[in-house]
Amino acid sequence: MQDFIRYIPHTEEDVQKMLEAIGLKRVEDLFQVIPKEYRFSKPLNLPEPLSEPDLIHHLQGLQVPMMNSFLGAGAYYHFIPAVVSNLISRSEFYTAYTPYQPEISQGTLQAIFEYQTLMCQLTGMEVSNASLYDGASSLAEAVLMAHRMTRRKKVLLSQALHPEYRRVIQTYIDPDQQEIVLIPYQKGEGRTDEKVLFDLLKEDVSAVVIQSPNFFGVIEDLRPIGEKVHDFGGLMIVGFSEAVAYGILQPPGMMGVDIVAGEGQSLGIPMSYGGPYLGIFTTQERFVRNMPGRLVGETVDLEGRTGFVLTLATREQHIRRERATSNICTNEGLCALMATVFLSCLGKEGLRELAMMNLSKAEYAKKVASQIHGCKLNFTAPTFNEFVLQIEREPEEVLEKLRKEKILGGFPLAKFYPELRRHLLVTVTEMNRKEEIDRWAEALEKALKS
Amino acid sequence: MGKIKDTGLIQDELLIFEQGGKGRKGFSLPRWDVEEVVINNLIPAHLLRKELEGFPQLSEIDVVRHFTRLSHWNYGVDSGLYPLGSCTMKYNPKVNEEIARMSGFSNIHPYTPEELSQGILKLMYDLQSFLAEITGMDDVTLQPAAGAHGELTGLMMVKACLLARGERRKKILVPDTAHGTNCSTSTVASYQMVEIKSNEKGMISPEKVAEWMDEEVAAVMVTNPNTLGLFEEYLGKIAGIVHRKGGFVYCDGANLNALMGMVKLGDLGVDVVHINLHKTFSTPHGGGGPGAGPVAIKKELAPFLPIPVIEKYGEIYRFNDHRPHSIGKMKAFYGNFGVLIKAYAYILSMGAEGLKRVSEMAVLNANYLMKKLKDYYYLPYDRPSMHECVFTDRFQEKNHVSTLDIAKRLIDYGFHPPTIYFPLVVKGALMIEPTETESKESIDRFIETMIEIAKEAEENPDLLRQAPQKVKVRRLDEVLAARKPKLRWTKEKKT
Repeated sequence: MQDFIRYIPHTEEDVQKMLEAIGLKRVEDLFQVIPKEYRFSKPLNLPEPLSEPDLIHHLQGLQVPMMNSFLGAGAYYHFIPAVVSNLISRSEFYTAYTPYQPEISQGTLQAIFEYQTLMCQLTGMEVSNASLYDGASSLAEAVLMAHRMTRRKKVLLSQALHPEYRRVIQTYIDPDQQEIVLIPYQKGEGRTDEKVLFDLLKEDVSAVVIQSPNFFGVIEDLRPIGEKVHDFGGLMIVGFSEAVAYGILQPPGMMGVDIVAGEGQSLGIPMSYGGPYLGIFTTQERFVRNMPGRLVGETVDLEGRTGFVLTLATREQHIRRERATSNICTNEGLCALMATVFLSCLGKEGLRELAMMNLSKAEYAKKVASQIHGCKLNFTAPTFNEFVLQIEREPEEVLEKLRKEKILGGFPLAKFYPELRRHLLVTVTEMNRKEEIDRWAEALEKALKS
Repeated sequence: MGKIKDTGLIQDELLIFEQGGKGRKGFSLPRWDVEEVVINNLIPAHLLRKELEGFPQLSEIDVVRHFTRLSHWNYGVDSGLYPLGSCTMKYNPKVNEEIARMSGFSNIHPYTPEELSQGILKLMYDLQSFLAEITGMDDVTLQPAAGAHGELTGLMMVKACLLARGERRKKILVPDTAHGTNCSTSTVASYQMVEIKSNEKGMISPEKVAEWMDEEVAAVMVTNPNTLGLFEEYLGKIAGIVHRKGGFVYCDGANLNALMGMVKLGDLGVDVVHINLHKTFSTPHGGGGPGAGPVAIKKELAPFLPIPVIEKYGEIYRFNDHRPHSIGKMKAFYGNFGVLIKAYAYILSMGAEGLKRVSEMAVLNANYLMKKLKDYYYLPYDRPSMHECVFTDRFQEKNHVSTLDIAKRLIDYGFHPPTIYFPLVVKGALMIEPTETESKESIDRFIETMIEIAKEAEENPDLLRQAPQKVKVRRLDEVLAARKPKLRWTKEKKT
């Protein structure tokens, strides 16, 4: 017998009995409804099946070596307490479907309700959905929502918004209905250029999208921009890729923001080469009926006991079909649970301390880097755990030299910003120990000298 | 603290915000080896927050007890039969979870240089070719994060391809049996959806399609097997009609579990199909995601694939971003890799013969169940089914018992209910998909229970109407939830 039967319990005797009950002789008779000319009669061209130990062996061989990493740019290496993986591995959570039957899904539903609350607290907003795919698609949904609400043609995106997020927004919008205008960043500070932004702000702007901390790690001043956007009747949308920053930063909700949409990967979700991540989406209560995604609400059962259900589903595809606010169905439930467990562990003090350590370590790295000959900080505005370094040699060469010393030295910005040809985006989290930062600086110095 | 109650093992549990105490935490930082900065020297005060208002303060055991108790109120595939039609709730192999957590996958940054991440690129490249082989298509993108995301990706590619031909088409034909996502995706992709009626056999007929098909129609979206569990017999013919008018055939691959190794969708004339890895390829649903919705396409659509695409040069794998006709990006980075890896491991575990066996046993289970239950529940389309079958509450109506009551009564017997009231074309639908991972004993027990419930509907219908009773909470007031939405905890609640 083949090894794959470990996942299929039928014995030959079972199969015979079941066929008999149906009134058929052979298994292939079950497929008579498929016209003969379309039946595929050869075996599929796939590798031979593997046993469990052989499978593990094979996959171990595909693993990628870990290095001392200073990469961030939208995905962050943070410590994840053992509790997170342990609790989300409870099969009652991870082998369940979307909680359509509330009586036997109260675990998932209460956890999502707690997630929604945590996201409101973190971002300073009033409502949160149960998650979207990732930060990029979440922002794209925010832009679509603003367009639905205002019916205006233009959306202004900061050039310091993650370039991949910008690209996703561009893919999502219909160019016949909406147009993207890019707002440059100030060459000195590294913030979105308010002057240019204010010049472009008119009554035809549906929304302005600013990321904070932005792609360069720079903290933006949101309030003046938000106020101006509102003067013209548009919506202020704030994105983020590093949620841990909000352990110390003023939440967007306290600065006159209408929609916050960003990436929650930092909150207990492994980097996993880019996904699955967590699309966070929060907004003000008055916009809830325009919001995409699932929502969990509190209610009572027949006997008056508190319970939770999926609610306001008349916005959604399975009820509203072609008139839904979004086509999203499956979202990132388990990642939302990871974030909920993670934040429950960290709590009020823990998240603040974590943010402080990230800030402190990044500042330390800035200090040592700025002492290196041929290397200087590129922007002047305050940053969180990422910063841009200008170096005097070709980044690819320098990075390759660092790789030889098992260091991923930073992200070469030329990939997205041709004008930042000799610039590295460097990220430092609590996972980079001081001696690793020193080693990185030494290696960088050596590479710039040689 | 809540009131003390004799709830047995179904313990009551407050929200995390209502527990704990000032100063508690369940987390420890690495050693401070650099100086802590004075934050006010770095960042202006108006950009800083005062506190994380309302945030929980719990120690590790508080957190563990809390979520463990919550988990007890859930039902997963590991708890028992989960016959949710169209959702393919099959068993999720444990080894795949372990593999996805291997450090050389889970801790790898998406911007790791390609020369270092060859193993991951090879995995993705090979998974693409496996999916192309299984569906009979030419190329695959792994980027979409879920089925609906795949639908949008697919329709955008169709649109881009038509635009490249200089054609601005406006409509998408969608049968009345379609998933809600097909309709909403059409709208999100800026198309007008036109609903076409299925025929008396529950299928779309070539005549109906021919009637609607013209140069305004970009694509027909079909699900095969359809949501009634029936194989769309005329799909090949329909594809011919659509192609002759220059349109595309989009297939919702949610039900691919019935077809592997038996028929290739590409051979039926399908041009685009999305595949729900969290259905057919056994990655867990996670209580509502994460999933993955790769899209497989025919050659003509290849220039429009989302970027980056993975290419192989000799033995080297590389990303290619330089694709001028690409629709762009659907999400940051490359797709839900942590999910892709589980599907890859599953396909390698099963091989060609194993996947064929999967489809055979899935279809056997569904037909066996259908045969055994059709005397007790009304079967609106009494035809050989594929991986699922759809009954209704017509026999029970006379006792004022509805599909909802039957579903809820199943909970009292320890089963997850089937999908209910879908597809919309069937009044009071009960859509049952057992999947191949259920044994004969498991299916027999379910059948026996369903028969018992049918009897109860005759003899003691109140049992059904009052169900479920053996649960944490009974039927919930959904009207109240929607009328007065309470979507988060706030401090006022305590008073």
